[in-house]
Amino acid sequence: MAAEPATTTARLGARRLLRWESVLVLLLVAVAVGGSLAEPGFLSGSNLFYLGLDVGEIALLALPLTLVVVAGEIDLSIASILGLSSALIGFLWNAGWALEVIFPTVVLVGAVAGLCNGLLVTRLGLPSLAVTIGTLALYRGLAFVVLGDQAVADFPAKYTRYGIDPIPGTHVPYPIALFAVLAVLFALLLHTTPFGRAIFAIGANQEAAFFSGIRVKRTKLILYVLSGAMSSLAGIVWTLRFASARADNGTGLELAVVAAVLLGGVSIFGGRGTLGGVVAAVFLLGGVRNALILNDVSNDTLNVVTGLLLIGSVVAPSAVRAAGRVVRPRRAPPDPSARPTAGG
Amino acid sequence: MQRALVQRPRWVGPLVLAVACTVVMAACGGTTKESTSGGGGGAATTAAGQVNPNAPIKQGLKIAFLPKQVNNPYFTTADNGGKQAIGEFGGEYKEVGPSEASASAQVPYINTLTQQRQDAIVISADDPNAVVPSLKAAMAQGIKVVTYDADTAPDGRTVFVNQASPEDIGRSEVQVLGKQLNYSGQIAILSATSTAANQNTWIKFMKDELSKPQYSKMKLVKVAYGNDDDQTSFQQAQGLLQAYPNLKGIISPTTVGVSAAARYLSGSSFKGKVALTGLGTPNQMRKFVKDGTVSSFELWDPGKLGYLAAYAAAALASGQISGKEGETFKAGNLGTKTVGKDGEILLGPPQVFDKSNIDQFDF
Repeated sequence: MAAEPATTTARLGARRLLRWESVLVLLLVAVAVGGSLAEPGFLSGSNLFYLGLDVGEIALLALPLTLVVVAGEIDLSIASILGLSSALIGFLWNAGWALEVIFPTVVLVGAVAGLCNGLLVTRLGLPSLAVTIGTLALYRGLAFVVLGDQAVADFPAKYTRYGIDPIPGTHVPYPIALFAVLAVLFALLLHTTPFGRAIFAIGANQEAAFFSGIRVKRTKLILYVLSGAMSSLAGIVWTLRFASARADNGTGLELAVVAAVLLGGVSIFGGRGTLGGVVAAVFLLGGVRNALILNDVSNDTLNVVTGLLLIGSVVAPSAVRAAGRVVRPRRAPPDPSARPTAGG
Repeated sequence: MQRALVQRPRWVGPLVLAVACTVVMAACGGTTKESTSGGGGGAATTAAGQVNPNAPIKQGLKIAFLPKQVNNPYFTTADNGGKQAIGEFGGEYKEVGPSEASASAQVPYINTLTQQRQDAIVISADDPNAVVPSLKAAMAQGIKVVTYDADTAPDGRTVFVNQASPEDIGRSEVQVLGKQLNYSGQIAILSATSTAANQNTWIKFMKDELSKPQYSKMKLVKVAYGNDDDQTSFQQAQGLLQAYPNLKGIISPTTVGVSAAARYLSGSSFKGKVALTGLGTPNQMRKFVKDGTVSSFELWDPGKLGYLAAYAAAALASGQISGKEGETFKAGNLGTKTVGKDGEILLGPPQVFDKSNIDQFDF
């Protein structure tokens, strides 16, 4: 029983997460059923297309943020990097650059913005909450420096259609197709590679991870660069979808993304979470919003529902865990092969 | 756990290479502003059709109002005007919208209204461009789009119901303030958001008016932005007077901004010393006009604006007009209105409110 505390909680944690994801999937089904009962058009292809468009950027941003939060850190500057990218697209477009050059450039700039976050967090050892609140303001400010108050909206339909039209013959928006591919890549990265395992280890216990030979700072730095680059990608998607490059694009979006990640069952303290849960949470939040708007529910009620869902997401797992303790008091000794991480 | 998990990010090299390749390849000819210019623009093409100005308004038209922000007294008044009109011609009214004014927040509402197959959407666009793609999709489904209060790019709607010509508003604000200040002193503008199209157009005409010789002693020192938020506007007003102690006048062409600024002035030592004018509603400004903080301000009647917009939507949906210049339709108690250039329908000149007439208005 010597190893009990760590491994037992880990096992319970794994069970709990499994359950939490089931809960999310059940909720998704409930929203789908409830939504289509209240409004028959809810599950129609065109409505699901709109739903997909509306959650596109949040979904893209949630992928890297999941990794960052699992590693026990946070990145609140994502929406500002999105805005900075959008502003930069407008600026470079006005300067006569080709979009094919602008897009990789912008992703590169996003990666550099992420690198700055990462360097401040890892090399100077500053708390990521403070650093990224700072860069949240800084990058948004830079966006206004780059583009000012103007909006650039004369992008060619050849490109904006990727943000507006579905893939021909389907009701799938391009951003969601992109997201699906990236989600698989991120899930593989997090749940099947040594790198992903290192992220969990860092989030669970940074010092133990360090003494196990994990390059903690390097790993975190990579995560922030990834987060920055993905934020820029989301910025490109946003700019095309609204056919409008503006410095204030995506203001406040980081909170929606953090909400989705936490609702997805990722522990804000790090070390726990799965990508599948986050993906389910993104679509759950989007689905609830869409269903309520379709039924003419006022915005205030909408915010109340979203808030309750979030609080529920924090309370429910603890409640489930407490219930588990009552139901199964002190069970068999832990399996020594148990890993302190949640498998996919 | 048992293995050392030292990570060599081997994928970084290939990634950088891939990005570099893309850039190099793309640099050899791509989609630039020059290569694509000339194709865009063009007014909304309406279905070539028989327009019959005497056609009756269809019964049971579903018309949805989508303001920049719900629970904003200005839009509530405007949309209630629309509700009244829709009641008169026997349609179905509803109002939906975001609780915070932001460029992208309106898009999900446009999409759901399209999904609900409304007959017409009447929208005040927070961003002239961001809503255009989804409005185009709505129009492709046969939904009529009318803008009111704040217009979109022309291809995003069929007609725009304009509260007053921007030139009239911009110039008359400066004229009103100039008279109060005896044409001298530092002035500032307290606007809404820096990207609001209507605000920026008015400000442009204010600046143009100020460049005339009679205003040579009046100097515009700052354009501040209160984001159409009461508290932010209040703080911006406070900040203006701290930063410019010699400030003599403020123009705030937004109902939220002008009432916040008036509240700050009336409680400060600047009351009566710093002139304030702008666009406000009589109910919000009555107290400040009576206590001497504000001597006069302007606005149109938002209720009439919503009323006219609803009739314009019904006229479009019933085939009375198609949005071409010169077409006319009957707008209830506002009489006959004419579609002007670029599909604009003008409500009328701005109304000046002061101590003598403010009690005749209640909105």
